[in-house]
Amino acid sequence: MSRIHVTTTINGEETDFLCEPQQTLLDVLRDDLDMTGSKEGCGSGDCGACSVILDGRLVCSCLVLAPEAEGRSVETIEGMAEGDKLHPLQQKFLEMAALQCGVCTPGILVAAKNLLERNPDPTEEEVRYWLAGNLCRCTGYDKIIRAVMETAADLRGAA
Amino acid sequence: MIFSSPETIEEAAALLAADAEARPLAGGTDLLVRLRARQIAPSAIVDLKRIPELREITEESGGWRIGAAVPSAQMNEHAALKSAWPGVCEGADLIGSTQIQGRCTVAGNLCNAGPAADSVPCLVAAGAVARIAGPTGTRDLPVEDIPTGPGKTALKPGEFVASILLPAPAARQGSAYLRFTPRTEMDIAVAGVGIALSLDGAGKIETARIALGAVGPKVIVADEAAQTLIGTTGDDAALDALSQDASAAATPISDKRGTAEFRREVIGVLAKRAAKIALTRAKGDTA
Repeated sequence: MSRIHVTTTINGEETDFLCEPQQTLLDVLRDDLDMTGSKEGCGSGDCGACSVILDGRLVCSCLVLAPEAEGRSVETIEGMAEGDKLHPLQQKFLEMAALQCGVCTPGILVAAKNLLERNPDPTEEEVRYWLAGNLCRCTGYDKIIRAVMETAADLRGAA
Repeated sequence: MIFSSPETIEEAAALLAADAEARPLAGGTDLLVRLRARQIAPSAIVDLKRIPELREITEESGGWRIGAAVPSAQMNEHAALKSAWPGVCEGADLIGSTQIQGRCTVAGNLCNAGPAADSVPCLVAAGAVARIAGPTGTRDLPVEDIPTGPGKTALKPGEFVASILLPAPAARQGSAYLRFTPRTEMDIAVAGVGIALSLDGAGKIETARIALGAVGPKVIVADEAAQTLIGTTGDDAALDALSQDASAAATPISDKRGTAEFRREVIGVLAKRAAKIALTRAKGDTA
């Protein structure tokens, strides 16, 4: 079986890769493109640790076949900081200790960024519902929710 | 495994008809889970998302046609669809997480034929019709006739659901979907009720359709329960009768999510509450 040649845009850069038809986008990101920020937690779309943005939509990259990415735009955690300058969400997560072991953090940051792009002024309930598919077994969520709310307020103040 | 991404319905139908082990891929939120768990090993995957019309929600005769590759998030971003069929959209909005809703489709939810599928009861209550594409062309089938039992559908080899048509809403119409889950999010319905009803000019219920989810091997159309509402104003006596009839129509099993007794009881409560929401919406109020 010949491998499939896929051309896609990852974090704004055109990227080519070869993949097997049954490989997921997460497999390719981690194993072939050395972008290991997206994590495999459950591999069944339940935990959100592999969250990426595909053509503007938040999805689990473990439930996307790699060939589906042809011609699409993928945004991963690796594209979140600008060089050494952390994204305000990343900075706030550090300041407020909104992470412990860190495995869920990339997925939560990607999901939260997508939320704030769509809704700069979410209620706490909206943040909690939006992030319901990002499981965290360490923090109890409270610090995460507060960090997202505070970042949203900061970004609104700066705008 | 061969991966293909046809750009027309005809091409997709031909690919699926040519290979009995091929599977269509829409959102993939069920297919990929089973693929990765090695529960299935298809010889080919036919991605439907490159077929432009299957990615669209289009107006048709005052109703809305939802392409098989439209994710539920797209439905809930569509103001006119939400306003016409709020119950259908709120059912689609309960499937999995934000991430899942960015991919999952109501056509997939229907064809996965899970008894607890959240989007299906209100599609049935709405009188939605599935357009099935196959090697010999297309045919239309009411959505309630697609699932035939857990994981089983009426689709023939090579056929796939290409779109689902929600009819034009009646005047003074309301719809709603309610489910019971132990958690508020990321859970599977223990019982669910979809309802669509309309009022006449005098405020009496003129039409009603009710469908029950997760209380039988497939979605149950509760016609008798719906009949008890017709001609009434949806007063307490009518809603109590509805509740009893909905419980009577249920044929639940006991499993880890709930006992049969509990499901029978709660489906009646949900039917009453969903009817109240639909009534409020039919009167033009928000609920």
